[in-house]
Amino acid sequence: MADQTQLLPGTLDLLILKAVSLGPLHGYGVLLRIGQISGSALLIEQGALYPALFRLVRQGLLKADWGISENNRRAKFYELTAAGRKRFLEETHQWNRLASVMATVLAAQPEEI
Amino acid sequence: MNFPTSLRTLFSRVFHSSDLDRGVEEELRSHIQHRADDLERSGLSHAEAERRARIEFGGYVRFKEESHRALGSQLFETLWQDVRFSCRKLRQSPGFAIAAVLTLAMAIGANAVVFGMLNALFLRPLNVPQPESLYSIERGPDKEANQSYPDYLDLRDRNRTFDGVALYNIVSAGLDTGHNATQFWGYEVSGNYFDALRIQPFLGRFFHDADEHGPNSAPYLVISHAYWHSRFQDDPSVVGRIVQVNQHPFTILGVAPSEFHGTLLFFFPDFWLPVVDHEQLTGMNILTARGDRNFIMTMGHLKPGVTTAQAIADLNSVGAWLEKTYPKDDAGMTFALARPSLAGDLLGPPARGFITALMLLAGLILLAACANLGSLFAARAADRSREVALRLALGSSRKRILRSVLTEAVMISLAGGGVGLAGSVALLRAMSTWHPIPTYPIVIPVNPDANVYWVALLLALVSGFLFGMVPVRQVLRTNPYEIVKAGSSSILVGNSGRRITVRDLLLVAQISICAVLVTSSLVAVRGLLQSMHSNFGFEPANAMVLDTNLTMAGYSGERATEIQKRMKDAVAAIPGVDSVGVVNQVPLSGSFGSRDVYRDETTDFRPSNVAADVMTFRISPDYFRAAGTSLLTGRDFTWHDDQNSTRVAVINREFAIRMFGSSANTIGKHFKLGDGTRVEVVGMTEDGKYYQLTEDLRPALFLPMVQWPTSATSLIVRSGREAQPLAAAIRLTLRRLDAGLPFEIRTWQDDLGVALFPSRMATMSLGVLGAMGTMLAITGIFGMAAYSVSKRLRELGIRIALGAQRKEVLQAALGRPLKLLALGSAAGLLLGLLATRVLAYIVYQANPRDPLVLGGVVVTMLLMGLVATWIPAQRALSVDPLILLREE
Repeated sequence: MADQTQLLPGTLDLLILKAVSLGPLHGYGVLLRIGQISGSALLIEQGALYPALFRLVRQGLLKADWGISENNRRAKFYELTAAGRKRFLEETHQWNRLASVMATVLAAQPEEI
Repeated sequence: MNFPTSLRTLFSRVFHSSDLDRGVEEELRSHIQHRADDLERSGLSHAEAERRARIEFGGYVRFKEESHRALGSQLFETLWQDVRFSCRKLRQSPGFAIAAVLTLAMAIGANAVVFGMLNALFLRPLNVPQPESLYSIERGPDKEANQSYPDYLDLRDRNRTFDGVALYNIVSAGLDTGHNATQFWGYEVSGNYFDALRIQPFLGRFFHDADEHGPNSAPYLVISHAYWHSRFQDDPSVVGRIVQVNQHPFTILGVAPSEFHGTLLFFFPDFWLPVVDHEQLTGMNILTARGDRNFIMTMGHLKPGVTTAQAIADLNSVGAWLEKTYPKDDAGMTFALARPSLAGDLLGPPARGFITALMLLAGLILLAACANLGSLFAARAADRSREVALRLALGSSRKRILRSVLTEAVMISLAGGGVGLAGSVALLRAMSTWHPIPTYPIVIPVNPDANVYWVALLLALVSGFLFGMVPVRQVLRTNPYEIVKAGSSSILVGNSGRRITVRDLLLVAQISICAVLVTSSLVAVRGLLQSMHSNFGFEPANAMVLDTNLTMAGYSGERATEIQKRMKDAVAAIPGVDSVGVVNQVPLSGSFGSRDVYRDETTDFRPSNVAADVMTFRISPDYFRAAGTSLLTGRDFTWHDDQNSTRVAVINREFAIRMFGSSANTIGKHFKLGDGTRVEVVGMTEDGKYYQLTEDLRPALFLPMVQWPTSATSLIVRSGREAQPLAAAIRLTLRRLDAGLPFEIRTWQDDLGVALFPSRMATMSLGVLGAMGTMLAITGIFGMAAYSVSKRLRELGIRIALGAQRKEVLQAALGRPLKLLALGSAAGLLLGLLATRVLAYIVYQANPRDPLVLGGVVVTMLLMGLVATWIPAQRALSVDPLILLREE
């Protein structure tokens, strides 16, 4: 656990959108999927997931339906709406630009100035 | 968060709130179970897995609440949170909460009561169909509503703008339904009255124009729903029954609907009967006398599309015709329109002035209460500055904190408004069933309606925001670092010790408002005392009044005089009775009988030649002795001043001055009455009050009953005996004389209730408002003094430890509140002096410059200061420096 990274504010929404974009998931599934893709490198407080999920539903980016999980339990499944998919692409694009700019800046050497 | 979404969520929350709650909860549970399944699969025991899953999930309640908020229920959710938070805060300081709610309840209650009166008397129209087009017709420059019957007939028949003009007059009559006769009150009305007002009967039928065929031709009676209920027990067979009214047979035609209470707001009649029967009712025939303006009011609905200006022009053209055709009787026949409900301009303007002034004062009370609560809230905010600082430091927004402060204020204001409204509704309902003057069926119909509720709610909300805004600046300027560093709120208080703060200003404002109210109530009390002890021109103590009208038992003319004489002699023979006098109308009892008199040399008796309009009383011998009126010169009447001897009169001093230019040598002089009768003056009495306490000197004329027979009869019985046994003895004596004569007996003091009613009402209302103002000021000063003492306990302790004397300690602790008190009182006194004009509406001869009033105000304010600072002063003096210093 010691090598887990704190999330930057605002990144949880993007992570959720990414996880759901790969296929409908219930809440716990979202958590598992993020852990799986990130190699468990990100520290996410489990409960904090839900306010974020509800917020996304309310913004019309996700839609939710009750169903039966692989554990044979009742669970609510989330999937992207059209607006959600669009927002996901935009945010991914923005994040990539920010990351590359940050990388460039941080990689700058004294002789480059 | 946008409002419609929040609203929708609110609705869904109200209706499906548990659904939604269960949904969120189920989802979170499902998450924990999935996690537990996984943990169990990795080898943990079932119980341990569930425990771990719950721990990993984090703050369950917190996330649940955050989820709710994320779901869009923010606005109302946080509002609800604020409300709960405020409730908790208020529960922590119940004293504060109760004081605040009660303060506001008083202020809002006072406003609701006064507004309830305003609403009922001025905003609510008469309960008749289409009240908006109903106007009463007023005559002449003085806007008098009374008319003579012939003039009424011409107005009714010659106007082109009214849809029927009706006339009514208040009368009392004796009703005999087979067993004992009782007196009841009602209207004599024109035949078209119900048609012109568009009222339909509840039972039976009403009379119409077509039922009248000249004098005494329509022996019909319509009774009110209330009277039908109380006298006839809702018996429907009453329609068609023949009853005796003043010994004449009348047929009960019908019952009026229960919501119709006649055409005066405050006088609910028991019956209506046609005015053409006036002679049977009163024994007098004035239906043909154009100059006798005895009928209280004429009124009617304007035709559709007619403006008031058109109607007035139309009436004025009829008036011009009347003046030209009847120059002897009709002068100044210009007309105006008024609302009939308060007898038009007779009572409307003074009542409106009174209520407006009261509304102003009640508004002041509310302002004072707001100032009071504002400073309480400011103090509370100062006390909570540490909590506020902590919340700010922990990331709460200032907006959120302000909102919670405002929520607290609004909650208190709503609670106060609710309590105040409940109280005022109870009071208004009680007032509506109250009969302030036992002699007359007078009511104050001020039942509250939705208007009152809305105004109270609005006032509560507005005042909540008003005093809730006071601590806003304080919260906005809170600097968390400073306060947390200082460790106590002493910084704020320490700083404000020197400057003038908002709280100081509020307190001064509040005290000056209170001083204004105290000034006004003292002025009112003094006015009442003065009018009660002014010279009435008679002596109401140790006298009883017996009222009757002999026509109720069928006496009139000379037979009336005969029975009056016998009544007087019989009552005078009762042991313990000093003297008995008979009069046709008791002064200051609300009756108003006046006539025009002319100089001796006048031969043309047209209105412009009238020397004076004088109050006229027809009296028996001994009246002056029984009434306690002193005869200045000349003689009293005797029974020998009869039809066969010279017409004689006793006048008052003012009459002499107006008629003869001086009050010297009046005996033997002559003047004339409207019919040309020459009258000789045989005596002169002191001046007195005859119709109203507030009247200026008024000429009065006394005529002997034997020469001017009348059936209106009041016996004045002067006796040192106790009222109850004396009344019983009188009753017994008169029953023996004529068992069929209804009458009422009371003490003369009680009889004065009519005349004293306005001043009593004024004194009562101002007294209540003044008491409220005083209480508010006391709590205000007390709050401030107690607060400043409690905040400076340590400083005071140090002062005492360093050897300060009691005087110095008190000065340090209470100097400031007392200084503010002095400042506020001075300002209030000044304002009170300036407010004389407003007071003049309420109180007769309002004179705040009266040294007694000024002294009274100063003493009251001093006492108030003493009362309010007594407990804080004790507390300051009993400070034990050791304990205080040890505490820190």
